[in-house]
Parts: sequence; structure tokens; C-alpha cells
Amino acid sequence: MTNSSTTLNGAPQPRPNRDIIISVRDLVVGFGDKTIMKGLNLDVYRGEVLGFVGGSGQGKSVLTRAILGLVPTRGGSIRIFGQDRDALGPIERRALEQRWGVLFQNGALFSGLTVKQNIQMPMRETRELSQHLMDELAMLKLELVGLGSDAADKFPSELSGGMVKRAALARALALDPELVFLDEPTSGLDPISAAEFDELIGTLQQTLGLTVFMVTHDLDSLYSICDRVAALAEGRVIASGPLETLLASDHPWLRAYFHGVRGGRLSAARVEQKDEEWKPAPTTP
Amino acid sequence: MTVAALQRPPKVTRQASAEGVRLSLSGDWTLVASQHLENEGRRIIDEARRDRMVAIDLSAVSQLDTAGAWLINRARHDLARRDIAVALEHVRPEYSTLLEETHYRAFEPPSRPRFNLVVALLSDLGESAVDALREFYRGVSFLGEFMASMIYVATHPQRFRFTSLVAQIELIGFRSVPIIVLINVLVGGIVAQQGIFQLLKFGASSYTVSLIGILVLRELGVLLTSIMIAGRSGSAITAELGSMKMREEIDALLVMGLSPIEVLIAPRVLGLIISLPILTFIADMAALFGGMVVSWWYGGISPVAFASLLKDAIALHTFMVGIIKAPFMALVIGLIASMDGLATQGSAESLGRQVTSSVVKSIFMVIVMDGLFAVFFASIDY
Repeated sequence: MTNSSTTLNGAPQPRPNRDIIISVRDLVVGFGDKTIMKGLNLDVYRGEVLGFVGGSGQGKSVLTRAILGLVPTRGGSIRIFGQDRDALGPIERRALEQRWGVLFQNGALFSGLTVKQNIQMPMRETRELSQHLMDELAMLKLELVGLGSDAADKFPSELSGGMVKRAALARALALDPELVFLDEPTSGLDPISAAEFDELIGTLQQTLGLTVFMVTHDLDSLYSICDRVAALAEGRVIASGPLETLLASDHPWLRAYFHGVRGGRLSAARVEQKDEEWKPAPTTP
Repeated sequence: MTVAALQRPPKVTRQASAEGVRLSLSGDWTLVASQHLENEGRRIIDEARRDRMVAIDLSAVSQLDTAGAWLINRARHDLARRDIAVALEHVRPEYSTLLEETHYRAFEPPSRPRFNLVVALLSDLGESAVDALREFYRGVSFLGEFMASMIYVATHPQRFRFTSLVAQIELIGFRSVPIIVLINVLVGGIVAQQGIFQLLKFGASSYTVSLIGILVLRELGVLLTSIMIAGRSGSAITAELGSMKMREEIDALLVMGLSPIEVLIAPRVLGLIISLPILTFIADMAALFGGMVVSWWYGGISPVAFASLLKDAIALHTFMVGIIKAPFMALVIGLIASMDGLATQGSAESLGRQVTSSVVKSIFMVIVMDGLFAVFFASIDY
């Protein structure tokens, strides 16, 4: 691997011109006598969409939860927005938590509140706003994520899977966070909805200037919206960088992932598409 | 985060110019400023209200988020409605997309249906009456379904889940023993103490033993046990079935062609029906023991005297009255708990409501049943 931004089994090279928003160093996480993360290193840069891939049960969700502080760590450091998360006091922690938004895999909407109340929850608890403005902002967020106003007064149990994801994304964006964690945002959606959701994330990311940390299995999402991809295996980030460098990697797991039956079909299709684009336009007489 | 902690609070500065007025916006127009942001948003309108032309200069805005952009857009819309020409100036490219995306739109507040208080009151009253009847109807039909599945199980014993039944008996019966013993020893002791204390005034403190024996065996033992089990196991059954309903496990059973009543409810209700008489017996013994200890220590009635007085005061039927009631109480608790569990809707709130309703209803029904039994036993002179 010659690309400077991609390394195998080591810390990513510092890129001085870009702001690092999450920096994980030598992270060790385990449960009981099982160690899941064995000295994991990862950097997320400001303004990028990082796709995070890994086999089922490799601990993608555990890493997300460790960064969020939901899982105790055994070693290493996690710096977010340049602050060491473990060194923060409770007040600073809360201030930090208001700067990120999280979309949980199953939405995790509060089932006793309507969609609108769900979105207003973080605003109500941490900001002093008039009910009128909160209503407007909640409706605006709903519209941004592509939900109509008729969804606003529904309860989560009355929503379809895709609507739950959108509503949960609206809640994650309620406070206009700088950093958004998405845990498998397109899982359980049909290809059309998934593509729309990808596009939505892309649009919002550009509009709001978000940094997106996205755990995903969806190869389409990786191709369409991720600026950089990090791959997790054997408790470490085995490679990170633009998708092309990961595709070119000869790590056995990466080869199986991207050039296996499903991944292979997709990358072949993408390559064909690109070839067609390269063809000169037919000349008209 | 308070406004004081803000590094660059949002601010509107007014400058009169040749054409009209120029409002320079500066600072962080973000939600972090909360109320401050909203006030400044309002100030845009206040400052520009009296002019014909307004230029809003965004060059000094250090940060902008959807809330800030929305407030700016809303102010523009409000001013435009008053026939004031508004122009945005020095918009950074990264803000222009945001301002475009958050363009002003009117959000219709959801139309609240108007209602008459009297009509609402009457309709609520009617609804709760109908609900109560429907609940009763559902209860009877559930009892029927349960009985039908019991008969089916009786004729096909190989279909019955004995492992599950034993597990339920352990959970409901065996693990309740400590708490049942504890409360019954205490209640037996309290009844003894009060009996001795009050009957001493008539010099009839030896009747305390009759009081304890009859009260505990006929009523208290079974009643306390049933109430305890309704709270302890009834709630557990409702919560368990309710969360299974929420996670579509009940639906999974149904589409496999299995009956939830046979698979889930029969073992639980049967477990209750078997456990409750045993627990009632244990409760009786514990309460009598508690009474005996207090009588000895507080009333000076030795255990030997206690035993012989007790033998004179009670007969087998006194004991049987309590035990006969136990399986019926178990059936009521089990059916209410299962029914409420299966009635759970999608939300966590609904689960909580069902568990509460299950416990309240079972305790109420246990007491009602006890009253009915009292009338019944009195009329057959048992």
C-alpha cells in the first residue's frame, strides 16, 4: 500500500491540512474474558462521510457505542472535537453530547411520544425556545428528512420502517449537530428507499456541513456517499482510505468483502457504468 | 449551555443608509444561543419595520445552522408581507444552500377537532361502560378458549409442555416461598397481638387462638397469598407476554400454526393453579406460627396450650375453605394477567399500562371472589 492516507495495521498518517474530529488510539474493549477491540486506531476528519464496514459480530456497533460512551473501554483514548472523552467532567460531557446526533439501528424513537415530540425532546431539554419556534423547527426538520406533516403527530408504532429511520434522523439532527453517527441507516429499507436515504444523507451532509460516521453493510451506500471507508476485522481497523484503495487492497477479508459474490457483482457493475461514461458521445452528422 | 458561555452571541446591528436600512448580522446564529437567537430573529423585524428597503448583511455571521437560517428566512417573509423589499447580501456559498433548503413555508397547525364538554363527558362515560362490558365479554371468551385448550391438552397429553409447567411452578411457587412466609408470619403475629390486647379487656384472651385459627385459615392466608402472587407473578406474566407481543413473537407462534394459549398461557395458568394452593398451605402454617410465637411471648399462652386451643377452635373444613379458594384465585390472576399481556400495543407506555391494569384488576377480582366465596360458604353452612 503506497497511499499515504491508507495504512495496514497501523495508525493513520496525520493529515495536517484537515481537522480531526474523532481520534481513537489503541482502543481496547472487551466483555468478560473476550476482547473485541485490540488496540484500534481510527481518525474521522471534519466534513467527511466515513463508511465503517466489518463482518457481523466484529464489533462495529461496539466501537460506535464505545465512542459514544455507552460501553466501558479497557484502554486507549478517544478524543472527540479535540477533547479527551475520559478526562471530561459531567458538565463538559453533556456539552459534548449536544454536539453530536445519533441514529440508532432501530431508530430508538421514544415510543410514548409523537414524532414531533421526539424531535423536540432534545430542544426542549437543552435549549430555551418558544413552543412556536420549536414546532416550526420540528416541522422543518421533518420536511428536510422527507417526511410530510401528517407524520408529525403519529406515534412511532404507527410508522413504517423507512419512516422510523427518517424520523430518527430528524431527531438526531434536532440540535444541528456537527457530528452524526448513523448505525446501519439503510438496513431494512428497500433499494429505492435506501438510495433515497443515501441521497438524503448526502444532501444534508452538504447543506449542514455535517461529519458523518456511518456503520453500514450497504455496498451501495459506500459507493455513493462515503468519502472514506474504514474496515474493521480482527479487532483492528485493517484499512482506511478512499474506497478505491480498499478495493485495490489484497487483504483476504477485504477481497472477500468487496470482490465476493455480492460485492463483486456490484463493483463490476460500477466499473461498467464508469466505462460507459468514458465513451465519447456519438457524433451526430 | 447558557448565553453567557457563548463566545459570539448572535447580534443585529442597524445602520441607516441612503436607500433604506442596513442590518448587519454577526456572531453565531445557531441553536446554542437558544432564547437569544430567537430574540435577535425577532429584532430583525423590529428594526426594519418602518423602512421601505432593507439589506441584510450576512458577512459577519460566523456560524449558521438550520434554526438561524429559518429565523432569517421567516423574518424575510414577514417583512415581505409588509411590502418591505428585503435583500440578502454577502451570503457565503456554504450558507446559501442552507438558506435555500430552509426557505419559509407555512406549517399548518394540525386542526384540533372542536368538542363540546358535555358531549365529551357523556361519550367518555358511555365509552367506559361499553369498554367494561367488552372487557367482561373478552374475559369470558378467553376463559372459554383456555378451557377448550385444557380439554384438548387433556385428550392429547403428549402435546402438553411439562418442562415449561415445572419451570413456571418453580418461578411462581418455589421462589415466592420466602416472601410469602415472611409476610404471613408478620400478619399472624399482628393478629395475635391485637387479639390478645383487645380481648384482654373482656378477660377472654384465650379466644385469641380461635381468632387466629379461623381468620388465618379461612381468609387471610389465601387472600394475602393471592394478592402477593397477583403483584409478583401476575405482573411478570403480563410483562413477559406483553413484550413478546411487541416483538411479534406471538405472531410468530400464530403463523407456525401454534396456539399462544396452549404454548404460553396454559403452562403459566396451570403453574399458578398448582402453586397457589401449596403457597396458601405454607402461608397458613407461617401465619399460625407467627400467631403462636406472639401468643407465647406476649400473651403467655404456651405452644402446648396454643395447640390444644387451636384443635378445639378449628375443624378440617376451616382449613379447606381457604384451600378450595386458592385454585380459583389462581385462575383469575392467570387469566387477567395473560389477557392484559396479549392486549399490549406497540409502545413501552402501553406495556406499563397493561402491567398496572393487570395487577389492579387481579387484586380487585381476588377480593371480589373472596366475597363471593364468603357468601357461598355461609349459605351452604360450610
